[in-house]
Amino acid sequence: MDAIKQNKDREYQKYVSAKMPKTNILRNCTSAFLVGGLICVIGQIILNIGRNYYNLDQNSAATFTTIVMIFLGGILTGLGVYDDIGKIGGAGSIVPITGFSNSIVSPAMEFKREGFVLGIGAKMFTVAGPVLVYGIGSSVVVGFIYYFFVR
Amino acid sequence: MESKRLGGQTIILKNRPKIISNSSIVGQKESQGPLGEFFDIVMPDNLWGEDSWEKTECRMLKEVCERAIEGANKKNTDINYFFAGDLLNQIMTANFTARTLGIPFFGLFGACSTMTESISLGAIMVDGGYADNALCATSSHFCTAERQFRYPLEQGTQMAPTGQWTVTGAGAVVVSNEGNGPSITHITTGKVVDYGIKDVNNMGAAMAPAAVETIKAHFEDTGRNPQDYDLIVTGDLGRFGRELTIDMLNKEGYDIASRYIDCGCEIYGEEQDVQSGGSGCGCSAVVFSGFILKKIEEGELNRVLMGSTGALLSTTSTQQGESIPGIMHLVVIEKGEG
Repeated sequence: MDAIKQNKDREYQKYVSAKMPKTNILRNCTSAFLVGGLICVIGQIILNIGRNYYNLDQNSAATFTTIVMIFLGGILTGLGVYDDIGKIGGAGSIVPITGFSNSIVSPAMEFKREGFVLGIGAKMFTVAGPVLVYGIGSSVVVGFIYYFFVR
Repeated sequence: MESKRLGGQTIILKNRPKIISNSSIVGQKESQGPLGEFFDIVMPDNLWGEDSWEKTECRMLKEVCERAIEGANKKNTDINYFFAGDLLNQIMTANFTARTLGIPFFGLFGACSTMTESISLGAIMVDGGYADNALCATSSHFCTAERQFRYPLEQGTQMAPTGQWTVTGAGAVVVSNEGNGPSITHITTGKVVDYGIKDVNNMGAAMAPAAVETIKAHFEDTGRNPQDYDLIVTGDLGRFGRELTIDMLNKEGYDIASRYIDCGCEIYGEEQDVQSGGSGCGCSAVVFSGFILKKIEEGELNRVLMGSTGALLSTTSTQQGESIPGIMHLVVIEKGEG
């Protein structure tokens, strides 16, 4: 009986994936490239401003750029624009640091009605939290590998 | 005692309870869709002057319930039972609305199948003589559903082509043993069906088998076929789920394509950027109480097979890798006196 049900399930799942409307990969990749590229161009302009107008060295200019981009991502999220950019850009607007900012600001806005502690405090990192955990976690692993085998 | 059962899943309501009034409310996006003109109230915005989306949804449900009672020329005390449910955890909207209305209350969770589930139970109560009037209602709100089931609103994400947009809307009907209005003649109660679909962005495919099995059971139990109905309706399968349902019922020997609509496909236009269509308790609720009942009252439709489809998932079940169980309940609505 279980085998028959499993078979039936598998057949249905195969049937569904055969009929399913497909995402337009070419179009999505193109718009991700354009939106992501545009964000990076803006970042580069800010970096150049930091270097040329404020006479920062390369490292400080990079930090300066990061701070400004996070700020812009947060502002655009607050104004309700970033979700529209994300609808078009997809990965192009998620991967740059503005997307990271968006993923922290948007739950903070969403859950403020549950209060500062259990709402904003607890929910702010629901989206970005896993990225931080595994980002920092993997850097530790890579650090160990470097320390024991490469150095 | 004379049996009122037909076959395995269907019952016949010999006293033909009537739907004596109805009410519907929608948000801006729904009002801009092809059915926009049929809804009773359109909210100016998604918050409607409240402090939270949840409060807005409670007010929507309360508003349609009060309007439906008023439309039936009744008072709250004339209503013997209130059947309602919604999508939020612990059916918060329905509970809070019942607190305001002060009517004896049965809270339901049937996900998006709640509209026909509540009508089924209300009609059984009235037909059996246990109630003179029953109020049946449900609601959903895009913003409350989105934050509970998906992502924060302002997060930049893309919808899958099979994704569906939760309808902001609420609908209510009063079922009564006297008065004028379309009658409820049969009820086919669905079983929970699960073919192992796990993709939460593909609810149409998860629910389509439930729709197919309930419709098939209805035809087998009653001995009727699709030609006996002017319209066959499902709740929120969306464009893709609708296609699957037509195809699978064809294989079972029932050709419904020419007389079949899905509320999720009807409520939004193709240009409204909702991918596969609408979903949510409010989807079949507002299309039924706003559009279909009016078409029956106007005489354009005589006999309708009305179904609401529900995807019985929770955020916990999907995170733990469980598949999505589906269900559909059917009621037969007929015009006029019996």
